[in-house]
Amino acid sequence: MNRNEKPRGYGFETLAIHAGASPEPVTGARSTPIFQTTSYVFNDADHAASLFNLQTFGYIYSRLTNPTVAVLEERIASLEGGRGAVAAASGHAAQLLAFFTLLEPGDEFLASRNLYGGSVTQFTHAFKRFGWNCHFVDPRDPGDFRKALTTRCKAIFIENLANPGGIVVDMEPIAAIAHEAGLPLIVDNTLATPYLCRPFDWGADIVIHSMTKFLSGHGTSMGGAVVESGRFDWARFGKFPGLTEPDPAYHGLNFFETFGDFGFTMKTRAVGLRDLGPAMAPMNAFLILTGIETLPLRMDRHVANAQRVAEFLEAHPAVSWVSYAGLPSSPYRSLARKYLPKGAGAVLTFGVKGGFEAGVRVVETVELISHLANIGDTRSLIIHPASTTHRQLTDEQRIASGAGPEVVRLSVGLETADDIIADLDQALAKTKT
Amino acid sequence: MPAPTYSDGLLCQILRDTRVIAVVGASPNWNRPSYFAMKYLQGKGYRTIPVNPSAVGEEILGEKVYATLADIPERVDIVNIFRRSETVGSIVDDAITIGAKVVWMQLGVRNPEAAARAEAAGLTVVMNHCVKIEYGRLHGELGWSGINSGIISSKRRNVEVR
Ligand SMILES: Cc1ncc(COP(=O)(O)O)c(C=O)c1O
Repeated sequence: MNRNEKPRGYGFETLAIHAGASPEPVTGARSTPIFQTTSYVFNDADHAASLFNLQTFGYIYSRLTNPTVAVLEERIASLEGGRGAVAAASGHAAQLLAFFTLLEPGDEFLASRNLYGGSVTQFTHAFKRFGWNCHFVDPRDPGDFRKALTTRCKAIFIENLANPGGIVVDMEPIAAIAHEAGLPLIVDNTLATPYLCRPFDWGADIVIHSMTKFLSGHGTSMGGAVVESGRFDWARFGKFPGLTEPDPAYHGLNFFETFGDFGFTMKTRAVGLRDLGPAMAPMNAFLILTGIETLPLRMDRHVANAQRVAEFLEAHPAVSWVSYAGLPSSPYRSLARKYLPKGAGAVLTFGVKGGFEAGVRVVETVELISHLANIGDTRSLIIHPASTTHRQLTDEQRIASGAGPEVVRLSVGLETADDIIADLDQALAKTKT
Repeated sequence: MPAPTYSDGLLCQILRDTRVIAVVGASPNWNRPSYFAMKYLQGKGYRTIPVNPSAVGEEILGEKVYATLADIPERVDIVNIFRRSETVGSIVDDAITIGAKVVWMQLGVRNPEAAARAEAAGLTVVMNHCVKIEYGRLHGELGWSGINSGIISSKRRNVEVR
């Protein structure tokens, strides 16, 4: 067992390749096989009963667990420095699962107002139908979260590096405010990835990912994850009876008592995935795993390219402003130095002189950069949020979340930086005609 | 709930050298953690003996329930304690008396004074851990549920089919 003696000492690059994935025991296959199966045979009826009761570890049905997906779950838990993870069909599904485990009808939570537009919509409308109410808070002054707390609040949710882009949220004091109130801090770490920032190191208790983005990294697969730190004491303030009292949804099982520091993860899977059903497909898990193996290399290049593109845009006469926390002009520069020392990510926004029409013109005239609604691909991607991702929001919400009429969002890819710059240059030239 | 950490080597050795586990505070209810642990460990080939004064006269998972550790007529390797931390002292003293090799306290159970007495008597002590979870982790099963086992290995694992 000597080989097991040094597990926590490995570097990030090693974990990105190896965590969760030892050779497949029966065949010795070294790459993680795609277990394209819905179900798994039981040894006998007693084994089946033990599995259903969660008394033994093992596979039942791929809505709950799948060997390929499990490797990805352990991998992301390891990279985040967390205790356990549940993968989901998308980032949105991951958010739904996390809140489904934490909230009862009538409960509330606080969320930063600087979120991906789809998350604002999900929290405002879909969650209301579960009886959950979200209050949005301007994250620039962490103290505003304390002021917004109510007795029914069960969590605080932020994007540490916010989408559309350029905004870094001061995680550490917000974590302190959450903990004073006995609440977990949930951080969507999609834009930073654990390579650039590990929210658990700054007090977060749950990390959410849209693995669709940089973790997958190649624009091939939808995926999400809920990761648990293992450090939050769910019993301390009595606010989470669903975790610390016998659960009627699982025949009276007490998840926190039985599974301790991964009780949240077990409940998210055994009740959330079981009853809501947004399981990840094994093929997607395989593609995302392959993507993660090169995450450190890709993020270094994404960040280097983004820095160059941001500097080019800032100096361009057709551009009124650039929001990228890697620029000296950014008000978030010092927060980026603290939380994102390896770079401020690769998603940025800029304002085009000429407003809505000029913004639309840029996204329609680029030739190398792809006009589409995603981020975190090897390819550079561009979108005009006001007419697309943030369309469903009110004008006020749009401006508040950094998606005003003149705003263009860019996800800087891994092409030659000069080519990305040349493409933007020719598109910006056309806004003046 | 930061758990004291024990080396994987130590835990492996304990699990390898053990045959009989006395489960103090064993519950006859299927949804209690002690029942989970007994059921799982039986499946891995261990003999588990329930100790619970309020269930004497019953059987749990086919095993006769004893009132105290001293009543068990055979040698016990691990005394596995599923009781509140404050009540652990006398159980540990009994474990020393019957010559158990290991005292293992369940998740959430900690009693450093009792642990020190056991260690002074030559026993090995593990606190605030679940035997089932550690067995699963060290045998590559914990990752099946997306839990971070902390294990990195390029070696092919032996498959155990029971
Ligand atoms: C920061 C962030 N969170 C969550 C999501 C939602 O993820 P998905 O599209 O995988 O459901 C996105 C998608 O754009 C995102 O950018």
